[in-house]
Amino acid sequence: MITAPVRTGISRLLPADGQSHADLDTHLTRLGPVPYQDQPGALIRQVREAGLTGRGGAAFPVHRKLEAVAAARTGRPVVVGNAAEGEPASRKDATLLLMAPHLVLDGLQLAAEAVGATRAILYVREDLRTRTRLEIHVSERFARGLDRVAVEVVSAPARFLAGQESALASAVSGAAALPRFTPPRVFERGVDRRPTLVQNVETLAHVALIARYGPAWFRGAGPPDEPGTMLCTLHHASGQVMVAETAIGTPLASLVDVSQATAVLAGGYHGTWIPAAQAPGLAFSNASLRPLGASTGAGVLAALPANRCGLTETARIARYLAAESAGQCGPCRSGLPSIAAGLAELAGLTGRRPRPSVVADLGRWSGLVDGRGACHHPDGTVRLVRSALQVFATEVGRHQQGRCSAPLGRPFLPAGPGTATRTGRR
Amino acid sequence: MAARLQVNPIACCGHGVCAELLPELISLDEWGYPVIDKRPVPPGLWRSAKRAVTDCPALALRLAPDGSGGRS
Repeated sequence: MITAPVRTGISRLLPADGQSHADLDTHLTRLGPVPYQDQPGALIRQVREAGLTGRGGAAFPVHRKLEAVAAARTGRPVVVGNAAEGEPASRKDATLLLMAPHLVLDGLQLAAEAVGATRAILYVREDLRTRTRLEIHVSERFARGLDRVAVEVVSAPARFLAGQESALASAVSGAAALPRFTPPRVFERGVDRRPTLVQNVETLAHVALIARYGPAWFRGAGPPDEPGTMLCTLHHASGQVMVAETAIGTPLASLVDVSQATAVLAGGYHGTWIPAAQAPGLAFSNASLRPLGASTGAGVLAALPANRCGLTETARIARYLAAESAGQCGPCRSGLPSIAAGLAELAGLTGRRPRPSVVADLGRWSGLVDGRGACHHPDGTVRLVRSALQVFATEVGRHQQGRCSAPLGRPFLPAGPGTATRTGRR
Repeated sequence: MAARLQVNPIACCGHGVCAELLPELISLDEWGYPVIDKRPVPPGLWRSAKRAVTDCPALALRLAPDGSGGRS
């Protein structure tokens, strides 16, 4: 089970007392029944005024997706709550489903009502206990007449790209979880070729609260251009991993201790390394991170301790990302393994001194895969690799001399099946 | 009407026919997959571009009219 200690800051989604609100009666006592709007367009208007953006990583305005699916004329819509959480460094969705599943399920019903959906699906990373528990929640709600649309729980394969929208649509339709070349977009033709709304489960939980308390309340946290709170998975330099809820715009250094770190990974494995020295001036918001080419992504923040080598970490992650390529597009299928091998050579993982040309090779391969896939997997991978070569430039020089300033070989960040589900302190 | 060449990277198998027919706008990367000039196809290259589209063994290449909403 992928859970982590919950640190309480601002408490909207995660219970302040650290106690689970998975019990339906507890949820109903705290928040009451699902606040159905019974009025066309009402929820979409509230979500627009709230300024809610998707919490799955892309930060796309939620009301625009709702509008697009509600307006689609290609069939009766389907809504999907996305908890594929393919990112090995993220645990926020699993934690949210463990601590406050009914908030997510409320949001799924409200989204279904808003777009006129006749099917609702919860797409959850394959994990027998999670699935069984969620199925119990779903049947309990249905038995009590809380849900208007029956919810199906569907397992997501434990793959990095399982949550990519078109891969999700394919998986839920019964085929392999592979991205497809668009258009048509998923909002036009998704699950079973019907218009499909895909929202991250955290996004749905925010929707459930906006429907209850309104846009002004939602905007009571976070800056005006990026309102609200966000769940993040914090990897501290000590090795401890936590899920925390924070207002967007919180100083980065208050979330992870950067004094013990050489760099911070922001956004996850399609994210960006930032030198620790720059972190004190930054906030956890896209406005603050954008000038560095970084983003909040799905809320992963990792402080790399000084005794670990950022190049080695990135090489392991790149090897993982290359293995997670769907293998459908030539440049990604050929280029990512080349990039991973080049980084492994540079990191010293091959046991040979790196060829002098390897840095130039990495730059050329990165340029050749960027933007040339059906999905953004190659783009995200080279974003990470380029930021590593830049932020760890001094280390690159050392490695070319056959040296490494932080030769502790133990992996810090999870990058493979064996490491993706580790829990708590390491 | 202006149009740009667009490849479906999933369908493309790297046969390389397009780069032979239209070297002005298409080159092959070191793995054999086409790197496509994303500018509008100049009128003088229309015939070759259309031939590259129709002769692609994987039917992975198309001419996307500007404003058609397709991705490049």
